[in-house]
Amino acid sequence: MATGNTYIEAVREALLEEMKADERVFLLGEDIATYGGAFKVTAGFLDEFGAERVVDTPIAEAGIVGAAIGAALMGLRPVAEIQFLDFLSCGFDQLTNFAAKAHYRWGAAIPIVIRGPGGGGVGGGPFHSQSVEMYFVKTPGIKVVAPSTAADAKLLLKAAIRDPNPVLFIEHKALYRAPALREALPGPDAVGVIGEAAVRREGDDLAILSYGAMVHKSLEAAAALAADGIEARVVDLRTLQPLDDEAIVEAVRRCGKVLIVHEDTRTGGIAGEITARINERAFEWLDGPVTRVTAQDTPVPYNKGLEAAFFPQVEDIEAAARRLAAY
Amino acid sequence: MAVDVIMPQMGESVAEGTIVRWLKQVGDSVDRDEPIFEITTDKVDAEIPAPEAGVLLEIKVEAGETVEVGTPVAVIGAEGESAGGGPSAAKPDNERDDDDEGARGDAGGGDEGGDDGDQAAGARASGEAPGDKPRSEMTAAELRRTRSTPVVRKIADEHGIDIGDIDGTGLDGRVTKKDILAYIDSGAAEQAAAKKADEKGAEPARVTPPAPRSQQAAGAAEGKVSLGAPMVPVRMRDNDSWEPMSRMRKTISDRMIESKQYSAHVHTCFEVDYGKVDALRRAHKKAFADRGAKLTFTTFLARATVKALQAHPIVNASHDGENIVYRGDINLGIAVAIDNGLIVPVVHGADELSMLGLSKKIADLGERARTKKLKPDEVGGLTFSITNPGIFGSQWGTPIIPQPTVAILGVGTIEKRAKVVSLPGGGDAIVPKLCGYLTLGFDHRIIDGAVADQFMVTLKGILESFDDSAM
Repeated sequence: MATGNTYIEAVREALLEEMKADERVFLLGEDIATYGGAFKVTAGFLDEFGAERVVDTPIAEAGIVGAAIGAALMGLRPVAEIQFLDFLSCGFDQLTNFAAKAHYRWGAAIPIVIRGPGGGGVGGGPFHSQSVEMYFVKTPGIKVVAPSTAADAKLLLKAAIRDPNPVLFIEHKALYRAPALREALPGPDAVGVIGEAAVRREGDDLAILSYGAMVHKSLEAAAALAADGIEARVVDLRTLQPLDDEAIVEAVRRCGKVLIVHEDTRTGGIAGEITARINERAFEWLDGPVTRVTAQDTPVPYNKGLEAAFFPQVEDIEAAARRLAAY
Repeated sequence: MAVDVIMPQMGESVAEGTIVRWLKQVGDSVDRDEPIFEITTDKVDAEIPAPEAGVLLEIKVEAGETVEVGTPVAVIGAEGESAGGGPSAAKPDNERDDDDEGARGDAGGGDEGGDDGDQAAGARASGEAPGDKPRSEMTAAELRRTRSTPVVRKIADEHGIDIGDIDGTGLDGRVTKKDILAYIDSGAAEQAAAKKADEKGAEPARVTPPAPRSQQAAGAAEGKVSLGAPMVPVRMRDNDSWEPMSRMRKTISDRMIESKQYSAHVHTCFEVDYGKVDALRRAHKKAFADRGAKLTFTTFLARATVKALQAHPIVNASHDGENIVYRGDINLGIAVAIDNGLIVPVVHGADELSMLGLSKKIADLGERARTKKLKPDEVGGLTFSITNPGIFGSQWGTPIIPQPTVAILGVGTIEKRAKVVSLPGGGDAIVPKLCGYLTLGFDHRIIDGAVADQFMVTLKGILESFDDSAM
């Protein structure tokens, strides 16, 4: 059995360390204190830090985000858990119209972290499986982070808590307890950098850009391609806002062919934005059409078979990559 | 349908502009908005884009000439089909591809491939070149074969290759990036270019050996740092101010960082006794002045450098990625500080000039550098350079090597220093001596430390016992 810590333990460790290091850091959310959170991220936190720093809230996301903003304005560093990020739509106005614009309008920093599970593939159905990132990626004033590994989950959550801006931190629920993601976590002093992509696999024939759970499916596809001599470079975006333009341009320059993979729906997904940036900054290095593999433009189906057909699978990525490589 | 390219008005009060250089030559094809020449005016220096896509048919105003705003300086025209259509012309086909693919990007992949395959087979079987049709009427398969992709077009353009000469291995026989790089590596591009040139009765398009792969692919395949982007975001604070960089500043900025990233910079520093040089300078100053020349330390340094380079040709060389290119001439760049920047005019054929010739040439270039009257060919082609921060009081510096050369000499301030000398009858004495440091910045990729130091020993020797007969 693999050793090391899971992705969810990494999230938990980041929260623990930041709360110990900085007493301004506190948590609020639905069922996070007594119950320990729907996914048990914060189990035991109430005993360790007390009810003033681990706050159970009513089922009211507008209130959670709004209270977090108020606390931030008073000098605290709130980390708000949204039980499923699908529900963040109820806090949309607070986050996009207030938190995102406060610094622009009157110079007030809002150092809040909104974190919670996003993504699907676990049979959660249309209200518990969505990819909400693009509502916020397109809102200037919010950073959006979506780690794919346990180490990144820890490093980037710590960075998000220390960041002076509102940060939406998207944890992928299908990765929470995935045994393959177990790894030794960096120590308490290590902090990640928001805005930097990571190259997960080197290759020159084409580049696969992805984030979240799709990074792992992309790596599986890349391994299958390598058996036939097609070497894919796999880039984990890690942060969606701000995007790592340098890493994207470098991928185009090295490979000339780019496949973007996301489990968000197709229209308005980040693939469209990345494609536009490639056209603007690296058109001359393209040796094939920028291609995307995405979820379909429908709600997330509940039925297992339909859900599998809805989300990109390893075979889908592999097939698209083969066609692009042969272009 | 030819169009005139006119000298643009750059700024309200500007009446004329000078063409600094042509970026395209007659016969080159140009894209719309692609820079085709550089101008300098009273207000700004700028690259001027082509108003239309096509072929540069005529250059009416040569580099170096100044003309009034509105004067036609070149003519761009269409040559066959290559100037027709816009990139959006292929839309119907592309759209179909996209829709057929379905939301997953590849669900309809098999069908799509088969569909296009039929078109391609049709075109191949008929053997017809689709080149005579406007792009808007060509199929996606035809466009893939004749237009390929941006990176392939770019490489083809850089090497003067006709994409149609290459057998492609991509979709519908498309020429892929690998195909064209392999084609260049095989030498076929050279042969094809030479053959075409022979047919035209012109000189071969290229007479130099093909550039090594590492160079060809530098832009295309290697991840290159973006020179324009800051390493970390720069944010304005309350008391900050800003100004846009001039073209010169931007060029210096790019060239400096490029060189630092490209060459393995190492520096070595020697102290030189200028006693002999100073004595000669004083003795001959008037004779030079009578002939309209100014005899300076720089004249001696230039002369000594030429001699030292002749003794150590590797210092007067270039590194092209695969080969060491020894330069047959010594073209000495002499850096000149000017308002808000610097420029390096070049003494071409410095090895053929006497002390008098060198002193006149250096003074003339320096003066015209400061008054911005250098001609374009007077700032290119250097094989070695000298920079003299000593005139500002610098003891010694670590100059950056101008690409594609491999070394640069930095001259430190020349001043009297207390030196301990051994007396002939035994014992020591402290005497004042006119001394200065010389630094050689060299590219360790091809010049080892010992070789650099041998060059400097030679240079020091020449300066300290300067040849009277050279005067």
